Amino acid sequence: MIEVLSTLPLNTVQDLGRFGARHYGVSTCGVMDPVAFVVGNVLVGNPDNAAAIEVQTFPFVVRFLADTSFAVTGADTAATLDEHEVPPWWSSTAHRGQTLTLRPPASGARAYLALSGGIDVPVILGSRSTHLRSEFGGFEGRSLEQGDVLRTLDGEVASPASRKSAGLGVVPPAFALPPRGAKASDKVLPVRVLRAGEYDLFPVAMQERFWATDWKITHHSDRGGYRLSGQPLKLAAPVELRSYGLIAGIVQVPPSGEPIIQMSDANTAGGYPKIATVIEADLWRLGQTRLGSYIRFEDVTYEHAIDAMAPVVAYLAQIRRTTELYRSL
Amino acid sequence: MASDMIGTLRRSRAAVTAERPALSEPKVSSIGTRALLLEAPGAFELHQQKRIWSIADEVETWAEVEEVVLGVTNLLVVFSKPPRDLEATSAALMDAWHRLPEKAVSGRVIEIPVIYGGELGSDLPAVSAYSSLPPEEIISIHSAGSYTVCAIGSSPGFGYLHGLDPRIFMPRKTVPSLRMLKGTVTIGGMQAGISVSTGPNGWNAIGWAATPMFDLAKTPPTLLAPGDQIRFRVERIEL
Repeated sequence: MIEVLSTLPLNTVQDLGRFGARHYGVSTCGVMDPVAFVVGNVLVGNPDNAAAIEVQTFPFVVRFLADTSFAVTGADTAATLDEHEVPPWWSSTAHRGQTLTLRPPASGARAYLALSGGIDVPVILGSRSTHLRSEFGGFEGRSLEQGDVLRTLDGEVASPASRKSAGLGVVPPAFALPPRGAKASDKVLPVRVLRAGEYDLFPVAMQERFWATDWKITHHSDRGGYRLSGQPLKLAAPVELRSYGLIAGIVQVPPSGEPIIQMSDANTAGGYPKIATVIEADLWRLGQTRLGSYIRFEDVTYEHAIDAMAPVVAYLAQIRRTTELYRSL
Repeated sequence: MASDMIGTLRRSRAAVTAERPALSEPKVSSIGTRALLLEAPGAFELHQQKRIWSIADEVETWAEVEEVVLGVTNLLVVFSKPPRDLEATSAALMDAWHRLPEKAVSGRVIEIPVIYGGELGSDLPAVSAYSSLPPEEIISIHSAGSYTVCAIGSSPGFGYLHGLDPRIFMPRKTVPSLRMLKGTVTIGGMQAGISVSTGPNGWNAIGWAATPMFDLAKTPPTLLAPGDQIRFRVERIEL
């Protein structure tokens, strides 16, 4: 059990998402960085989908009201437990009364606070994720506020090993899974995409512009979608499609010509032409990009897109093995 | 002032976003590795939607299908893992399109009382000017129609409706209303709608209905289901 001592808006309880409710018009929601979220749960011995807190505005401060194992993953928030530094991608045990502080990250956009047992909020349409726009799910259907007390489901308070050690850390995926062909000095994140249904509708010059542009993630971006800015992609005449189902990662081109990438909180259907879709293996990376930063799109094949998941799966499997070994000590 | 605005609206008719020319053949395209979109050819017609419903019923039973999302004369199939043989899966969808008959629907008839015009139907004068029909005539045409729910989507409980009389088609606004109230009865292009959440909305408001469209306490939580018929009943007119 924890109490929120200090928070800004838009920090919410999330799990992997509300799948299977799109036919009611209900968005999937769910975490923006599923890799960081799952690692957090693995580190504290939870099932992959146990609800955690997605923190995207900082500082975020909580007090533990009971001894609890926890992990902080995702963006490096220079976290402290009372006065002790908590390394990123690390699990440890907090004692009742201790205070955990997450600070504005130097890199990355979202941090995940996983608590042993997972956060105990009602399951609505199969998920504990907050759906902010519809005001349901998560903690009372809203962003967390100062004074909120969040309970956890039964979990291990602390494994014997973590009681006698400083905890367990893992290599962050930003190091274990660097973007293909990117240099550390690179300021533009390569994002792999598959072409989508209306790619061929765009004139060749616009297709070339799509690939060549360093697209800026504007400040009008959020969990619903990223609005990009750059030289607009224009069709001979603007068109609209009959409304069709959307999934996270789809890149649509509205009449303005500046693409939108639909993300976790996207509406379930829309009618803008779709030019591409971000591959699943790069969605978590996109979830950690910061407002004002740049991305460029990389054209990959269907086979490449499928195979690209293998390193992510292997990374998670390695962490599961390490964690199991550690917990059996 | 109002006539200026309507004049601008009429002149800008060519500039507003148009629907993509109808497909001559059904189209299957991928959205990422785990989703395929099947789009029906031809105009926005109910018989095409009925075929889409049939395909949805069948595809739901396929292995490794996680979710089937109905759209307006289209269908998104989300798989639990990427189909290795994309061509075979696309071909199976195409085959279903050619093979399956229209679904025989026995939807319910749902009556929705509407307060037409007034503050919550503030675009009624613009629709009237655009169509060159008096507001009373717009209301009479709108409330005489029978509308079929094609799909639920976009926002919780929102129904995409077929059946709007072409005489009262009205392009979406280029500048959306910033705060349109939940329950607003709208016209967006060739579609009729009832908004389900308060917020920005580019459709034209002609009235308001109190009927709740989404309620988590109910199973299913949506009032409407694909195949249902909607009748708008005039509860009151505020001109």
